[in-house]
Amino acid sequence: MPQKTLMLGNHAVARGLYESGVTVVSSYPGTPSTEITAAAAKYKGEIHAEWAPNEKVAAETAIGASIAGARAFTGMKHVGFNVAADPFFTASYTGVTGGLVAAIADDPGMHSSQNEQDSRNYAIAAKLPMLEPSDSRECLEFTKAAYALSEEYDVPVLLRLTTRISHSQGVVEEGERARRELPDYQKNAAKYVMMPGFAKLRRVEVLERERRLREYAETTPLNSEEDGCPEMGVITSGAAYQYAKEALGDKAGYLKLGLINPLPTELIRRFAAKYKKVYVIEELDPIIERHCKALGVGVIGKELFPEIGEFSQSLIAEKILGETVESRAFPEAVPSRPPVLCAGCSHRGVFYVLGKLGVMVNGDIGCYTLGATPPLSAMDTTVCMGASVSGLHGFNKGRAGGYESKAVAVIGDSTFMHSGITGLINIAYNQSNSLVIILDNTITGMTGHQNTPANGLDIYGEPAPAVNLEELVKSVGIKRVTVIDPYDLAETELVVKQELEVKEPSVIITRRPCALLKNYQKKPPVSVIPERCAGCKACMKIGCPAISVSGGKAAVNRTLCVGCGVCGQLCKFNAFAEGE
Amino acid sequence: MMNNTTSVIFAGVGGQGTLLASRIIGRVLLDGGFDVKLSEVHGMSQRGGSVVTYVKYGEKVYSPVIDKGEADYIVAFEQMEAARWLNYLKPEGKMLINTQKLPPMPVITGAAEYNADIIGKIAASGAAVKSLNALELAERAGSARAVNVVMMGALSNELGFGGEMWEAALSGCSPAKALDINRKAFKLGKEA
Repeated sequence: MPQKTLMLGNHAVARGLYESGVTVVSSYPGTPSTEITAAAAKYKGEIHAEWAPNEKVAAETAIGASIAGARAFTGMKHVGFNVAADPFFTASYTGVTGGLVAAIADDPGMHSSQNEQDSRNYAIAAKLPMLEPSDSRECLEFTKAAYALSEEYDVPVLLRLTTRISHSQGVVEEGERARRELPDYQKNAAKYVMMPGFAKLRRVEVLERERRLREYAETTPLNSEEDGCPEMGVITSGAAYQYAKEALGDKAGYLKLGLINPLPTELIRRFAAKYKKVYVIEELDPIIERHCKALGVGVIGKELFPEIGEFSQSLIAEKILGETVESRAFPEAVPSRPPVLCAGCSHRGVFYVLGKLGVMVNGDIGCYTLGATPPLSAMDTTVCMGASVSGLHGFNKGRAGGYESKAVAVIGDSTFMHSGITGLINIAYNQSNSLVIILDNTITGMTGHQNTPANGLDIYGEPAPAVNLEELVKSVGIKRVTVIDPYDLAETELVVKQELEVKEPSVIITRRPCALLKNYQKKPPVSVIPERCAGCKACMKIGCPAISVSGGKAAVNRTLCVGCGVCGQLCKFNAFAEGE
Repeated sequence: MMNNTTSVIFAGVGGQGTLLASRIIGRVLLDGGFDVKLSEVHGMSQRGGSVVTYVKYGEKVYSPVIDKGEADYIVAFEQMEAARWLNYLKPEGKMLINTQKLPPMPVITGAAEYNADIIGKIAASGAAVKSLNALELAERAGSARAVNVVMMGALSNELGFGGEMWEAALSGCSPAKALDINRKAFKLGKEA
């Protein structure tokens, strides 16, 4: 009997990669997709896994591996596909040699994202088939089905996940790894060189393939029907299927779509004809709903259900059955518990100084986006990976130079590798007196500590060549590069002020490892000398979770404090003592 | 609403080890032959923010999410989190509360106050409550980090299942060097 295990949806996708005989996996971390590639790295020796500098590089690596004949994979969060979209729109034309699958993990509800885009729109626009599993078991099965589909139809296949699928664990049965022979490489320029003459011919193939995929959508077992009470039919997919099933049970019949692009036509018409009322239950955009309405099938969708956030069984029970659940409430308001920069976080001092100086801060994507929250409140913008650097250049050009001594960009080391360097090239090339601060904590922090091209370790933790940030910055034409210790507030303030004033582009690298890293050199916790503490709360301005004020005096949480000593530098009364 | 599953919420603060707790209970439930779903949220909310894990088991589980008024048990790793999640408890549900207090940033900065007498107010709402000082018990077991396992010991009294199943899960999920401490912590939580 196959072994049953409890697996995260993301781990089940990784297991599906293993069982499909995939040999190349290249990704950039991004919540909620990260664990797929981290888990694929556990099959070392059978799968080559890697963290690429960004999603476009990862996608092109996977495409190259597919052309080589290998089964290949890249996984990313929804906004990661914005970066990887360029190669995939054309890989749709070239098709594949070895099976090629990209997982795109959407984040309805924006648990850990800057927007709520629905990646199904990409499948439609790029004319790529897209599968959507509804639990961990299907994560494994659909991943395997995606490789079969990719090779049979000569097409990259997209696997759509959502946070709730990626980060829920369910029961999975493991199977064996498929044995695949790597075919001999054969040059085929007409298929793989996408210049107009060849691309025009491939465009015809793409349309013909889409016609065949539409036929496949009518009969594929990825789409399944469950008969139920003739009063109500539900067309749904992914996590929404589970919510609907729990809310409505056998009060409804279901058409569960596993292949969500292209969508079936006759299947939907036949299903809808059996029921008095048909609901489309889908999170985010009304994609299935629009398809149904275009077919002339009367369905109820977004007039009832929101286009925003995650669904749940209660939402569906309330909207369709009018049922509400009884619950008791705590009799008073409970303060929120927002995420905060950790005790000892190397970003804290930098944001304190930037806030104190009152400069305009172009922020970026990572833990340090929390520098925008009180009490630091030192961020003006956050758009997407790399936008701090290029955005600062544009801001300075837009203000016609008037803000060059009052604006900075802050970007993490991993984000700088991802897409900050291209913006810096633009600053050097098109000359704005911009100050870019690279927050080098030697790791990709937010997504749970993935190694980067700049920290000297690969995905397996093995030594790898490290990009030298100082040399890289200099090589693009930036002459002023200063490395500072962000735990030293006086030095940080001095250097930031000085570099704001210079009349040329400048980069400051603040270097301290993430305080959560295993090899972080913790110091004993600091302590407060009560007779010196004036209760002025100056130490509270850095928003350290280890410091609080009780009974009019500062207090340090000894479990959280890592002895970074930043708090002590804010105290005029020398009330903080180093730990022993 | 169709609901023959049992629903348990773990509510805590990022860094309190709710992920290990969910691994332990997942193992017990799988060994018990149930269909199981566990749902957790990773990423930004883990940085000292409120974290929640949903555990659901039964013959067949559909939604991995637990909604308001649906939890049979809420295991609160911190007092204020117990207050925050109270409206997720079923009318006849039970709360297990670690009496530890971890003030959130708005309280630390003085923008808000930590609620007084949380356990009394929860009991007054009519909910069944069991409270224990899991931090003290964890320290007694040998590590403040074992709060999560103390709470699993307390939960084991409610869910049942044989002691050998919990032992298998504990030894299967604990790092070798933490196993002894975790066994003690589990026992102290069970006896509390």
